[in-house]
Amino acid sequence: MPDIEQTKAKARRIREHALRMVHRANASHIGTGLSMADILAVLYGGVAKVDAANPRDPDRDRVVLSKGHGAAAFYACLAESGFFPVERLATFCEDGTALAGHVSHHVPGVDFSTGSLGHGLSLGCGVALGFKRDGRPGRAFVILSDGECDEGSIWEAALFAPHHRLDNLVAVVDYNKIQSFGTVKEVLDLEPFADKWRAFNWHVEVVDGHDHAALAQAFAAVPAVAGRPTVILADTVKGKGVSFMEDKLLWHYRSPSAEQLEAAIAEVRGTE
Amino acid sequence: MRTAFIEGLLEAAKDRPDIVLLTADLGFSVLEKFHDALPAQYLNVGVAEQNMMGMAAGLADLGRTVFTYSIANFPTMRCLEQVRNDICYHGYPVRVVSVGGGLTYASQGYTHHGVEDIGVMRALPGMTVIAPGDPAEAAAATKALCDMPGPAYLRLGKAGEPKVHAGPIDFAIGRALRVRDGADVTLVSTGGMLVYALETAERLAKEGIGARVLSMHTVKPLDEAAIVAALAETALVVTVEEHNVGSGLGAAVAQVVAGIDGPRAAFRRYGLPDERYSRVGGHAYMREMMGDLRALVHAALPRARRGG
Repeated sequence: MPDIEQTKAKARRIREHALRMVHRANASHIGTGLSMADILAVLYGGVAKVDAANPRDPDRDRVVLSKGHGAAAFYACLAESGFFPVERLATFCEDGTALAGHVSHHVPGVDFSTGSLGHGLSLGCGVALGFKRDGRPGRAFVILSDGECDEGSIWEAALFAPHHRLDNLVAVVDYNKIQSFGTVKEVLDLEPFADKWRAFNWHVEVVDGHDHAALAQAFAAVPAVAGRPTVILADTVKGKGVSFMEDKLLWHYRSPSAEQLEAAIAEVRGTE
Repeated sequence: MRTAFIEGLLEAAKDRPDIVLLTADLGFSVLEKFHDALPAQYLNVGVAEQNMMGMAAGLADLGRTVFTYSIANFPTMRCLEQVRNDICYHGYPVRVVSVGGGLTYASQGYTHHGVEDIGVMRALPGMTVIAPGDPAEAAAATKALCDMPGPAYLRLGKAGEPKVHAGPIDFAIGRALRVRDGADVTLVSTGGMLVYALETAERLAKEGIGARVLSMHTVKPLDEAAIVAALAETALVVTVEEHNVGSGLGAAVAQVVAGIDGPRAAFRRYGLPDERYSRVGGHAYMREMMGDLRALVHAALPRARRGG
């Protein structure tokens, strides 16, 4: 089980790095990075069996950030987990960097490049199926966005995984309820969301996506039901941790100014 | 060709537990023998090509060589982005295998005609594109694909195509096979059009026109040396394909032609014009849309001999 004090500290550092990265690069998508920082911190705080000292271990768990636009927070998490020096985060989106604005497998610790939505759950199905057929203990963790669940390919994979009893597959939906043009409810309502996954024969855990203990417990329970994949619907707040970014569509796009960055980091450091 | 493919794959996969075959619920009466012999290396994923391609990438990440099986446009266009991002960008050894290339499913209508698939697949960096000319080439290509790194597209016709090559062939990915010699014109064929190209060459021979015939089974990477030689050694080069000439073999060879400075052979493309059509009927009837290859040669050759 993850050490909650450590994962909370890690989440604070992920948020701070991500804020600095998008500020420096004048990049978008800080809101999504902040909303999933706690999920990443717990996943990389003792849940996923990955080892920065042996990043290509064939038996490692695979982590797919299907919402590839959350790259800044993901790279920050990987650097904080020892996959590469944190100084390298400053190259985010710079000329010649590997740290692209959408997740790149050329970055140490990244298994799959993503960016176009709706690809990750199928990648996870392939990994989970391969591990099962080999009789190996590996698992696949796939982090989805809510807006991403508009994509039909997600539901192709959602249909596949329980049919093939992939209980080593875990999807986490960063359910922050905001997508590109407005709220999920306004653009294309997903509710009743948990019921949809249940109807597809998934085991569903609904948790507060900023409650580290609850997240850790949900991950620890996997597989809660033999033969069933697990989806963790993580109830989150877009922009979490920075009061003026929270629940604001604008921060899907805007990059913080120097003053805003300073204020945001002060808030993040004070969080918890 | 699909029989040669599945038999070749089965033989290879028996000693290669890393080889898996996925189908998106197509291949009834073709794939059963593979499934029966190697059930742990086979899976029908259902009618879901996007998921199949993403899964293929996931399986490849765990060290497998993945063959996916479907019909012409379904594993290429429906899930093009999965092929591009999940497979090609990562360089995974996934082989996208399609049957029904060209107008094979003639009477089934436009949705089932794979006449832009070569163009779409060859547009992807790192993708190898192979359209064998006969069952022997299909078997050889299947064997070669079991050992090649990186992704590939294998475009097959149907079952029961005639054998062109009598004996063993010296098959290598990316190297054209010279099937017939002739001094006047070169017919560069890909896929099952090889039979038609050879028939045409024989008729031309009776009329005193010598035709070299190349089986360009690999459209990408293209055997540029064979094209350059044909452009230097014969007066007319014609690409022959059951595909839109705007994006397939004709387009690929045109790029080589365009790069040649100085005197060279004249160049023509035989295939489907870049137009929509509503024609439906048998395979021979549908092929009439492409016109007559012999007539094309007759029209182009006199001017070609005068130097262009």
